[in-house]
Amino acid sequence: MKLSVRDVMRCVGCQSCMFACSRRSGNAGLSNTCIGVKSTGGISRGFSVIVCRSCENPPCAAVCPTGALVAKEGGGVRLNSSKCIGCGLCKDACVIEAVFWNREQNKPVICVQCGYCVDYCPYEVLELIKDKKGVAHDAE
Amino acid sequence: MMPNDSLSKVLYIDLTKKKFETRDRKDLFEKYLGGTGVATELLLEECPEGIDPLHPDAPIIFAVGPLTGAFPLASKTCAMFKSPHTGDLGESHAGGRSAIAIRMAGYGAIVIKGASEMPLYLNIYDGKVQFKNATTLWGMKDGSIPARVMRQKEKGEGLRAIFRIGTAGENLVTYSNVTTETYRHFGRLGLGAVFGSKKLKGMVISGKKAIEVNNKKAYRGLYDQIYKAATESPVMKKYHDVGTAINIKALNFIKALPVKNLQFSSSETIESVSGESIAQHHLARRVACAHCPVACIHLAFLREPYDDDPYFYKTSPVCYDFELIYSLGTMVGIDEPTNLLKLIDIVEQVGVDAMSMGVILAWMTEMYERKKITIDDLDGIAIKWGDAEAYIEIVKKIGTSTTKFLEACGKGVDYAAKQFGGKEFAMQFGKNEMAGYHTGPSGYLGFLLGARHSHLDNGGYSIDQKDLVKIDLTPAQVVDKLLEEEAIRQILSSIAVCFFARGIYDLKLVSEAVKLLGFDLTDNDLMEMGKKIHLNKYKFKMREGFRFENLDVPERIYETTDPTGKITKKFIQEGINYAKSLIS
Repeated sequence: MKLSVRDVMRCVGCQSCMFACSRRSGNAGLSNTCIGVKSTGGISRGFSVIVCRSCENPPCAAVCPTGALVAKEGGGVRLNSSKCIGCGLCKDACVIEAVFWNREQNKPVICVQCGYCVDYCPYEVLELIKDKKGVAHDAE
Repeated sequence: MMPNDSLSKVLYIDLTKKKFETRDRKDLFEKYLGGTGVATELLLEECPEGIDPLHPDAPIIFAVGPLTGAFPLASKTCAMFKSPHTGDLGESHAGGRSAIAIRMAGYGAIVIKGASEMPLYLNIYDGKVQFKNATTLWGMKDGSIPARVMRQKEKGEGLRAIFRIGTAGENLVTYSNVTTETYRHFGRLGLGAVFGSKKLKGMVISGKKAIEVNNKKAYRGLYDQIYKAATESPVMKKYHDVGTAINIKALNFIKALPVKNLQFSSSETIESVSGESIAQHHLARRVACAHCPVACIHLAFLREPYDDDPYFYKTSPVCYDFELIYSLGTMVGIDEPTNLLKLIDIVEQVGVDAMSMGVILAWMTEMYERKKITIDDLDGIAIKWGDAEAYIEIVKKIGTSTTKFLEACGKGVDYAAKQFGGKEFAMQFGKNEMAGYHTGPSGYLGFLLGARHSHLDNGGYSIDQKDLVKIDLTPAQVVDKLLEEEAIRQILSSIAVCFFARGIYDLKLVSEAVKLLGFDLTDNDLMEMGKKIHLNKYKFKMREGFRFENLDVPERIYETTDPTGKITKKFIQEGINYAKSLIS
């Protein structure tokens, strides 16, 4: 399973996906979101939708000094929060800025590719792809 | 409310001393939820009686509600101030990212007082307020440029709101706006001038907080119910598809659309500026406020060729909706969409309220046509119905005018008509220029009696269309309906839900939703709270000199055909008298 941006041009910037992602933990607000929607230089120009691409050889895990981030077989990473010291190296290592940060806990928030956000995108910007080998679309 | 909810934190900013502090005002939020209820209390506390609205001690208040950041469509920020336009209650609501950003930054309200000696903008994040020198941004002709600079200089991409004024606010035009996220406005009553009087050019705010709920499972369940209604319900579909602009054709058909300063209530030539036609030929993108899946913001792309270079174009995104097509289109006789979009574009650039500007331009045109003013009064610009180029030149002069007439026009149509005549066709109600509804007496009583003289206070135009076209109601019955609706809307704007969602958020649903945020209130409790908030607003209005007997009604409304045929002086006067007996 892999989260992907199907058509970023359909994004209206409502950020319902971001709220959905954070809501998975049970609370409202945005502290736990690991999806990012931002304008590309003013909202009239459209939006960037940033999701974890579930890299096969993830740079975020490669720089983790404590082994808190572990590469998963088949792509993506798993976070062991108890080992994380909040150094932020993983955040800096991700060039698309898909390692998000919970400022209240000073820990990264890592996408688990659950696809909960997909159900809260009314414009079909996002999709969850089952067979990752068939992925043809780039996550932006 | 929930014990750890940062909603009760109020950020107090002093622009004179460049200081700030946060105070816990659980007392206010527990009593009035947030939004308009809390902001009204803060206004009564902070605004000295009888003060000049542009005095440094006059406050600016922003407030959001408990549902902001928790449920969809709760994306409105309520601004409160003393209006430099009417001299009484200034209240204005805007969406964009404003409400989410304030709530996620950890505040329920912000109070700004004092005045800076130099232009400033505020950068608010991580519990801090930075006072940034905005000298270089002051006086820029296109208000979107300072916003671009703030966007490039400050942090918080995707999470921040950027508020700013244009030159109209700097020049204290009494109907100048504060714009947020380029296309959303704290419009109507002159918040832009209050910013300008404080030398406050703008404000950037961002954050990423968690909001605790008291029952996670119930929260997700109710969220899904509201989200489903927002995305699937027919009551939201009209905002989502063609948008409010669909009303142009509908109101024209029933003869309720103001045309050429309401000399007419319909036109044969509006087809190309109808919502359907603009959507088909010019709509380029639809966007949304944060945490609202509806995406009602319609952007057209205006392509203008440069005269001096072939194949060289200026392409500008222009936001439109019903009110703009009415005020800057039909009201001034513009029925060509490119001209309409050009006029909307300049109105956005200088930062004035589109409705007020359109009504003032329409009144000016009739004054000139009737030879009550000369071309010298207009600083050499001959205006006539439909002449967008001339109107654009006039808009550029508002606030920087060289003639007494144009200077008066920067203070509203009521002020200008008192100086230069033409009151009988100066389309203001409670000193606020009219919205685009010549639907019948309920619409006008709604404008006159609404706490901020806005059509959105009580939706009176809806009573005309649903009831008065079919059945008779007495003025007292109409006023009772208006007051009931206005009380309900106090609750919507206290939880800070968009009025477009009023078909979803009934008081029963509101009661369920706020319960998850720790407020135990029945729908009856909410209704009583709504009435109390409404009376609190009237307390402020009366304190600042509002009197029912001073309400002027332009004769024009009695002369132009309307769908009900029931707009009479007797009806309107009886309605005002009845409201006075209830409120005073």
